[in-house]
Amino acid sequence: MSASRESILARVRAAVADAPETPEPARDYLTTHTPDDPAAILDLLHENLADYRAIVHRATEDELPALIAELLDTHGARSVAVPEGLPAAWLTDTSAEPRTDEGPLTAYELDAIDAVVTGCALAIAETGTIVLDAGPAQGRRALTLVVDLHICVVRAPGQVVASVPQAMPRIDPTRPLTWISGPSATSDIELDRVEGVHGPRTLEVVLLRD
Amino acid sequence: MSGTYLGMPSFPRAARDAVQDVTLRANLRHATHTIRDKRAKAVAELEDWARLREAGKQIKNHTLRHLDRYLEQLEASVTAAGGTVHWAADAAEANRIVADLVKATGQNEVVKVKSMATQEIGLNEALEAEGIAAYETDLAELIVQLGHDRPSHILVPAIHRNRGEIRDIFRKEMGSWGRAAPEGLTEAPADLAEAARLHLREKFLRAKVGVSGANFMVAETGTIVVFESEGNGRMCLTLPETLISVVGIEKVVPTWRDLEVFLQTLPRSSTAERMNPYTSMWTGTADADGPGTFHLVLLDNGRTDSLADEVGRQALRCIRCSACLNVCPVYERAGGHAYGSVYPGPIGAILSPQLRGIQSEIDASLPYASSLCGACYEVCPVAIDIPEVLVHLREKVADQGGKGHRVERAAIKAAGWVLDHPAALAAGEKAAARTRRLHPRTLPGAGPWTAARELPELPAQSFRDWWKKNRTNGKKNRT
Repeated sequence: MSASRESILARVRAAVADAPETPEPARDYLTTHTPDDPAAILDLLHENLADYRAIVHRATEDELPALIAELLDTHGARSVAVPEGLPAAWLTDTSAEPRTDEGPLTAYELDAIDAVVTGCALAIAETGTIVLDAGPAQGRRALTLVVDLHICVVRAPGQVVASVPQAMPRIDPTRPLTWISGPSATSDIELDRVEGVHGPRTLEVVLLRD
Repeated sequence: MSGTYLGMPSFPRAARDAVQDVTLRANLRHATHTIRDKRAKAVAELEDWARLREAGKQIKNHTLRHLDRYLEQLEASVTAAGGTVHWAADAAEANRIVADLVKATGQNEVVKVKSMATQEIGLNEALEAEGIAAYETDLAELIVQLGHDRPSHILVPAIHRNRGEIRDIFRKEMGSWGRAAPEGLTEAPADLAEAARLHLREKFLRAKVGVSGANFMVAETGTIVVFESEGNGRMCLTLPETLISVVGIEKVVPTWRDLEVFLQTLPRSSTAERMNPYTSMWTGTADADGPGTFHLVLLDNGRTDSLADEVGRQALRCIRCSACLNVCPVYERAGGHAYGSVYPGPIGAILSPQLRGIQSEIDASLPYASSLCGACYEVCPVAIDIPEVLVHLREKVADQGGKGHRVERAAIKAAGWVLDHPAALAAGEKAAARTRRLHPRTLPGAGPWTAARELPELPAQSFRDWWKKNRTNGKKNRT
C-alpha cells in the first residue's frame, strides 16, 4: 500500500466527514423515448445511422452474400479481414481474398487489408450506435479499427434495442467494448465535419431481417 | 489597464489582448454559436432531459460523498481484471509514476489520446525531460502541439485557429515530427485531416506504449471509458502493448448502469451529437485483444481540497463536456488562453482556483472572469451552479486580501454589518433617498469601472419604507 494511497483516502474521508448523507440517485428518467414497435425502432436505427453518414442497407439472409460481394466490389476491396465466428455463407459470393486473424495479424498487416466484415453484439436505435464486444463474428478491436472499410451486419430485431438504458443490461462490461456511431469523424477544423481521420473512413451497415 | 480595480489582474490583462485579435474573435464566435445551436437541438430530442440532468447530478453527488469507498472498490475491480492501480497525490508524483512505467518498457516514445488530466499535470513536458517523446494524436491537439501553442477549448482545443493557419502549421512543422505534409497541401478540412491521418498512422502502427485519460471509471466492474470521435483514441487504447491511464479520482461512478445517464447527456452536451462516433470501454486486460499490460494512475492533485469545500465541491461533478464554454459571453470574447489554465471558460474559472489554490494572481482573478449571467448553469448536464461557486470564491479571494482586495473586503465587511443592523440600514436608505440629487455619476476610486456604466438612480423611497407603508397597513386592514 503506497503512502499516497493512504493519504488520499484519508483526505477524502476528512473532506466529506461533515457532508450530509445522499439519497440513492433518482432514476425517474425514461427507459426509452420510442414506441415499443420493432418496425419503428428499426426505421429509427436506419435513419440515425444514416444521419451520421453510415451507409445503410437492408437484406434477408439469402440476399446477404451477394450484397456483401457487391459492397466489397464497389469499394474496390481485394482483401477482407475475417473475424473468428463469421458465418462462412456471408463471404461465399465475393472473390476478395479472405484474411483470417491467425497469427494474429499484425497492425501493419491489417493496414494493408482493404475491408473487414463483422457482426455485432447490439445496436441502439435512438443514438444510431453499434456495440461490438469482441464476441463471435466481431474479432479483436484492431480489426474494425485499422482497416479502412467496415461492413457490419446487424440482425433485426434480435440485436436491436431502442435506447441506451435498454442496452446496458444486455452488454457485458467485462468484455472489451467499442461503441460505434457512424464512421470516424472530426470537427476540429472550423467545426467542419470530416469523415475518416484515423478509424475506418467508410461504415456500411446491413440490417438483416431474421 | 489603468490601475487595478477590485483585484482583477491577470485574466483582464490576458483578455484585453485577446479581444483585440479580430481573427480570434471571429473564430471563437463562429465556433461557440455553431455548437450552442446544435446542442440545443440535440437536447430537445430528449423529453426527460431535466430528469437525466438531475440523475447525473445525484449520481455524482452520491459518489463524491462516498468517494473513499468507491475508489477502493474500483481499485479492487481493476486489480481483479488484471490491471495495476497507482495513486498519485500531486502532479509530480503522477509524472514520476508514468515516466518510470514508460522507462520500464524500454521505450522512448508514447502515443497519447487527448486527456485533460495529463495536460493539467504537464505530463508531456515531464516525459520530455526524461527523454521520452509524447505524441498527441487528437487532430486538434496535434495542431496545438505542432504549432507550439496551447489548447484554448476543452472539446476543440484548436478552436482559435482557422484552416489557413492550420495548413501553414502542417506545412512547416510536420516534417520535424515524422512524415511531412503532402506536397501542395490545401486548406480544405478533408485534406488537412488526411495529412494528419498519414502523419499519425506511422506512429500508431509502431506504438508500444499508449497514454490516456478517461471520462468515467466504474467502481463495480473496473471498467474504464473513453469517449472520442476520430479513432485516435481507439488506436492508443488498442494497438500498444502497454496502456497507462491517468485519471482524476472524481471520474469514478458506482455502477455500470450509471453510465446510461452520461452516455445520453455527455455527447449531446459536448459535441451536440446523439452519440459520439467512438466510445471505448475496457476492463483490465483481455486475452489477445488490446494491451497486455494496463496501469491506472489515480490522480488527486488538489481534488481533495476542492472536495473539502462545501460550496466548491460541486465542481467535481464536471464531466468536461464544455457546454458552459460555448454559452459564455466572456469566453466567447476572451478565448481560452486568457484563463491561464488547461480548464478554460466558466468551469475553469471555478475549477482551476480550487485545484491550484487562490494564491497566484491569475487564480485570484479567475472568479471575476464572469458576468454571473447564469447561462453556464443552465446548460450544465450535471447542474453545477457555477455562479454560486464563483461568488463563493470571490469571497475567499477578498478574505485573503492583497492588492486590490482590501477595498472590496472592507466594503463587504461594512455591508455585512449594515445588513445585520436593520436600524442602521433604514437610516442609511433614508439619508440616501433624501440626498439622491447630490449623488455623483461616478464612484470615487472606481473610475475605470463606472466610466462605462451608469450608476443606478436611487428611488425617492426605499423598498423597506414602501413595504412598511403599504403592506403592513394592508395586513392590518385584513385582520
